[in-house]
Amino acid sequence: MKEEISVEVFNHLVGLAALELDAEQATYLRRELNLQLQVIHELEAIPLEEDLKINAHGVKYEASITPQLRADEWIPYEDVEAILSQVPELRDRFVVVPNIPHEKLD
Amino acid sequence: MQLCDTPAHELSILLRKKKISAKEIVESCLERVAAVDGRPGSLDPGENSSQDNQSVHAMITLTAEKALAQAKGLDDKVARGEPLGSLAGVPFTVKDIFCVKDTLTTAASRMLANFRAPYTATTVERMLAQDGLMIGKVNLDEYTFGSSNESTAFQPAPRNPWDTNRVPGGSSGGSAASVAAGEAAISLGTDTAGSIRQPAAFCGVVGIKPTYGRVSRYGLIAFASSLDCPGPLARNVTDAAMLLKAIAGPDRQDATAVTKAVPDYVGVLDQGVKGLRIGLSEDYFKIVYMDAETGEMLQKPVPDEVRAAVYHAAEILKAQGAEIIEDVPMPNTRYAIPAFFVISRVEAASNLHRFDGAKYGYRTAQPKRDLREMYQATRNEAFGLQPKLRILMGMYVSAAQYSEQYYSRALKVRTLIRRDFENVFDPGSSYHLDALLTPTTPTTAFEMGAVYGDSVLMQYADQFTVTANHAGIPGMTFPAGLGADGLPLGVQLLGPDFSEPILLRMGRVFEEGTQAEAWRLQKPQVLRGLA
Repeated sequence: MKEEISVEVFNHLVGLAALELDAEQATYLRRELNLQLQVIHELEAIPLEEDLKINAHGVKYEASITPQLRADEWIPYEDVEAILSQVPELRDRFVVVPNIPHEKLD
Repeated sequence: MQLCDTPAHELSILLRKKKISAKEIVESCLERVAAVDGRPGSLDPGENSSQDNQSVHAMITLTAEKALAQAKGLDDKVARGEPLGSLAGVPFTVKDIFCVKDTLTTAASRMLANFRAPYTATTVERMLAQDGLMIGKVNLDEYTFGSSNESTAFQPAPRNPWDTNRVPGGSSGGSAASVAAGEAAISLGTDTAGSIRQPAAFCGVVGIKPTYGRVSRYGLIAFASSLDCPGPLARNVTDAAMLLKAIAGPDRQDATAVTKAVPDYVGVLDQGVKGLRIGLSEDYFKIVYMDAETGEMLQKPVPDEVRAAVYHAAEILKAQGAEIIEDVPMPNTRYAIPAFFVISRVEAASNLHRFDGAKYGYRTAQPKRDLREMYQATRNEAFGLQPKLRILMGMYVSAAQYSEQYYSRALKVRTLIRRDFENVFDPGSSYHLDALLTPTTPTTAFEMGAVYGDSVLMQYADQFTVTANHAGIPGMTFPAGLGADGLPLGVQLLGPDFSEPILLRMGRVFEEGTQAEAWRLQKPQVLRGLA
């Protein structure tokens, strides 16, 4: 079977996805990705009209059933502590993370 | 019949008449959980024992104390003669993908194993507001990514109450199993490709994927936001209608929740099917599969018993006045899974970016030099294989150089799938159908371990259900008999946008028309030895 996603492409994707994988996981995942791509290529058999519109939700959101957008107002959350209590590392109510890498832009 | 096996609508009546108490209902459900569910899912389960292999394992978090406290509150309300909600006294479970305040909300993932939701999903809030009684939160495939429940990080994974060597289906497998086993009367699930309907069919219960936008998604941890639909699982059509009525409607927290009025789903149930037009399509009697050696996509007919179940349902409906129209063309059905592989992965990858260990959930214990390394280690340790697979595919097919070839094309194919339905539901068309009747699944429930790991074969378990998610239309599965293996066979109805009342009427007619059939007397395996 054709392997469209090579090891190099796969490793690039892993980096973009902010993942790191052991060899066993990488082998399994790359194999499954290539199998799924084979299925996805089925879509190429379908003739598409040039002006065919994409479909975002299936259901047509006509004006009569579409909710009005809420006013863009800030509503303070009533239980901030419940949210802060979920943070893995907190100092003085700030979220603590390791150094944030910076790239100097020219 | 024990209270935990009593239909939801009957429990509610008995409670109102003060013949039973809410406390008795909850206690009956908790006794059933203790009798059949075995140990709840956990991150460090060890090896399965033989007892584990004979238990249902629907639960991740049993909320017994809360349920008993709720029951006390409800019994006090009854005693004071206060008005009761539509789900008064109805015990329910919730798929652990919905946020429930101050309750663990895990998505069946190590990533969220310690996450206590700070708010409650609109759907659950509505069920509680209608005096429903929450028994617990039930297992699922990790982040809903699967069709068998085996991918859950919380093992032992749920098992099918009809045969514990079989999967319950997924991803709402815990929901379906808990209802089939009498641990609750109804359950709240979600359906992105068939995740309510497929497990409902495998476990012999009713499941509804509502029209997209009919039910709010607020508080649901998202898989694919343009496809996800919360919906009911129940042991009969009336109970499913009750739950749908309770959860449907607009929600200011969800801009996709439509403002259309919610019909009285229960009130219409007995209006019959006289004059309704129901289609059968050969495109739903073919199974698409990949040849394991060549990778070629092939087709074969569904098993005879699956076809026979659909035709039997058609006969029952015809006998009550429905008109059956055969050979309805649905030519793009076979492309629904390929399109789903693209669309759902792009949306899943996007939705999973938020899980990074910074603000909530799991964070790696390894000291890391910088934020990127922390992200990578956290996501590697906390995501299982299925989330990783979806993230990687989503990133690949949405990459700038491939987006037109894959993502844009898949969205256009979605338009064609929708058009298939519009063509046959259009009142001006020669078909002008009220519904399409199809199998829910290509087979009965498969054995544990038989498919898991093969991501293509697993996805094709949803090939008859996923079309409704692409098109946004409602779909309902109901039990329609037992296969030669003694496992439930499900039959599905698909209808135009917001046609849930019609589908429910058809389901009710089938239910009434088959009450005397022998298979209705069969019980799931785990209930056969119980007093």
